Amino acid sequence: MKSRNILAIAALTALAATTASARDEIRIVGSSTVFPFSTAVAEQFGKKTDFETPVVESTGSGGGLKLFCAGVGAEHPDIANASRRIKLKEFNLCQDNGVTDIIEVKIGFDGIVIGNAVDAPAFDLTREDVYKALAKEVSQYGRTGPNKFKTWDEVNPSLPAQPIEVLGPPPTSGTRDAFEELAIQEGAKEAGLDKKAIKKVVVRDDGAYIESGENDNLIVSKLEADPAKLGVFGFSFLDQNADRIKGSKVDGVEPTFDNIASGDYPVSRSLWFYVKKAHIGVIPGIEEYMAEFVDDDAIGEDGYAVEKGLIPLEDDERETFIAAIEEQASMTGDEDLH
Amino acid sequence: MTDAASLSPSVHTTDEAAVRLKKRRSAETRLKAYGMIAIGLAALALVALLWNIVARTMNAATEHYIAIEAQIEEGEDDFLKVVKKSARAGFPYVSGRSGKRELYGLFSDGAADDMRRARDAGTLETGDAVPMRFLMSDTADLYMRGEFGSLENQESAGTLAIEEGGKAFTLRTDTGAFTDALGRAKAGLAVEADSLRRQAARQSAGITAQEARIDSVTGLEREDMLVQIEGFKAARDRLDGQASALDALVTGDGDTLLELSDRMASFFVEANGGILKLTEVSADIARAVPLVPMNDTDAAANGAWSLRILDRPEIGRPVKDRQVAILETLQRDGRIEEVANWKFFSLSDSTQPEIAGIKGALIGSMWTMLVTFCLAFPIGVMAAIYLEEFAPRNRFTDFIEVNINNLAAVPSIVFGLLGLAVFLNFFGTPRSSPLAGGLVLALMTLPTVIIAARAAIRAVPPSIRWAAMGIGASKTQTVFHHVLPLAMPGILTGTIIGMAQALGETAPLLMIGMVAFITAVPEGITDSATVLPVQVFNWANASERAFDMRTAAAIAVLLAFLVVMNAIAIILRKRFERRW
Repeated sequence: MKSRNILAIAALTALAATTASARDEIRIVGSSTVFPFSTAVAEQFGKKTDFETPVVESTGSGGGLKLFCAGVGAEHPDIANASRRIKLKEFNLCQDNGVTDIIEVKIGFDGIVIGNAVDAPAFDLTREDVYKALAKEVSQYGRTGPNKFKTWDEVNPSLPAQPIEVLGPPPTSGTRDAFEELAIQEGAKEAGLDKKAIKKVVVRDDGAYIESGENDNLIVSKLEADPAKLGVFGFSFLDQNADRIKGSKVDGVEPTFDNIASGDYPVSRSLWFYVKKAHIGVIPGIEEYMAEFVDDDAIGEDGYAVEKGLIPLEDDERETFIAAIEEQASMTGDEDLH
Repeated sequence: MTDAASLSPSVHTTDEAAVRLKKRRSAETRLKAYGMIAIGLAALALVALLWNIVARTMNAATEHYIAIEAQIEEGEDDFLKVVKKSARAGFPYVSGRSGKRELYGLFSDGAADDMRRARDAGTLETGDAVPMRFLMSDTADLYMRGEFGSLENQESAGTLAIEEGGKAFTLRTDTGAFTDALGRAKAGLAVEADSLRRQAARQSAGITAQEARIDSVTGLEREDMLVQIEGFKAARDRLDGQASALDALVTGDGDTLLELSDRMASFFVEANGGILKLTEVSADIARAVPLVPMNDTDAAANGAWSLRILDRPEIGRPVKDRQVAILETLQRDGRIEEVANWKFFSLSDSTQPEIAGIKGALIGSMWTMLVTFCLAFPIGVMAAIYLEEFAPRNRFTDFIEVNINNLAAVPSIVFGLLGLAVFLNFFGTPRSSPLAGGLVLALMTLPTVIIAARAAIRAVPPSIRWAAMGIGASKTQTVFHHVLPLAMPGILTGTIIGMAQALGETAPLLMIGMVAFITAVPEGITDSATVLPVQVFNWANASERAFDMRTAAAIAVLLAFLVVMNAIAIILRKRFERRW
């Protein structure tokens, strides 16, 4: 009797598997950097309106856009978050899979901080220093070779004489991509490398750069425990842990809210989300969600997403995206994508 | 025999024998000691882990409320506005944009949620002054727990004269009551000056190093180096200048007023029912701005006022000085309540730590485990019965056996990929649903169940089978009436091991979308859901510090879930157990 019951339940589960139902909640995928802001908006949206709270998955920018571009229909996500602009390759993939109309919205900026423990010596880095300390191969004055720098004062005599040990995210992370591009490759440019050579600059793998997982909290506690190390993490973690860690100056600019917002701090990137126009009107609430995200309450000066560490857009740039959302203007393909 | 008997005493009584015996005995003692050390270390690790989790969980066991009066109009809908309005009414002296922002920052959005729930339940009172508890924000709650240091209390020394001058006050004593504060502020400056000077010294070292090298390089490199040296010199002079400026402040005598900044410790004076924050300080005189207004500006007698110090600089903590002053006043008036945090079990995930709960993940885990059990247990047991009792021994069944054993060792993420390809893309199972999760975890658990079930069935003595067959039972009857009930305790143990493993998995769920932010509580196996370990993972990743203790609490819930599951298995096992 008992085993027969179990069998019946098993049969029922199998039956349920075949009936995939249409959704009534928005599905969002994408960047782990945008995740905390996107979830905050989703939560407020769920509370303010009668729509279901959207489901937000943190898959990384690349993974998210891949899912997003896989096709149109309830089994595919409606919105993709990205901590960089969509790539031309991804845009074309979308087009090929029938996702032809995409609305692009920029929501703000995120600073990438190179920091250490609050009691450790203060670092005043240039991007060239970062390149020389962390690139796998270093070129200087025509001489190229594997990176032999062991301590910071070998890189730049005005830096502390401590070994180069930098904790940072693994290659799967968008933060790592952005760090490589905005700090190390830009540093290579300053060191005089040509465009082709810059593209090939990657992070060294001989133990000076220590991959520490995607969890920035872990990096923060490791830095606190070991003042001899530097770490690479998002600005919101500096913001929340200002009593434990401090950010290094990069090119003479401190990583503060104002410096990142004004664009003075060089290692910052823009954050975006992409909406599938074909799903508007099919999945309820997408228009309202977009409006909530660019609302004053969310990414205005005192908005709740800004309190979570998002660096907001200037007002006039935000206005243009609010207008784009109202018109539901989709991407034309003529944008300057890479 | 007789030879051996006559030989043996001499062999075992020689000196060599005694040495050998001693060696053997000490080897045994050592082995026992190793075992005890190993167990001791394991126990220590377990205690440390549990202690760590329990200690942090205790912080999440309570939450703080602020008791003030609410202003709620009939039919009010925007409760966030009600919270702000009530806050302004409760603290009329807080003015200015940033002041109000800091005031609102003490209250959680959860306070508005509480009102909304009360309205929906029909228990919300309306009126101009409804006594009510407002949930405290996460950072204020952390301050109450001492996360950002606690206020040091220095008893007053001498009378404090208070003079009003514009918005600020001048405080005077004639006993040098502020000497200690001045000393601390100066010590802070000295540390800052030291750090600047060390940076300047590094620039000098850079100059020396590059100047020593400059003659060995030519061309562009030399030019760059000259520019670099100039840069070092400019930086050195700038840093030295800043350090000297600070030195001048540090060496200034006790009568000059020293300006305080948000990079130094915060100093408060509590007098006449109000709290003032010092902005400038000397040994006898200080200037201060009111954060909580005083009742009057009469001189405060010795013992009637106090100097309070928060060592952590304002810039390094999310709770600002004004918030500290308001919280301390509320605490003094007994208007802060600390109550048990039952909400943790009745709310689901949130981006705000103080209103984040475990319910959604707990129910999600239950549904997922139900699906896993309903699939893995019957299929696993059936497979084991077939392989053990009915299948012929040949190459094909050997091949299957090897594969099952190998499957048990496959990394769990692979099952996630399989689940994505087969269940989601091919069968169209809803993404993020406990059904998809349960299917994947069932695949992962199956080999464990099959192996355990086979071992348990094999352990049933053959005499049981012979006896059943001897009285005319068919093979099927033998298995289901006699062998299976006797094997059940072992099968259950194996199943529980597999289920416990499945309960703690996040990797395979990543692929099928269960690692997500989901606030809805799943009502069935096809709703979107998340599970306990995913909740732990998500909270551990959040930047808000208050999620730290909630992560620990979620781990505690996960452990409790595991214990309950094991307890059920043990009870079932006891009921089925036979000895022969």
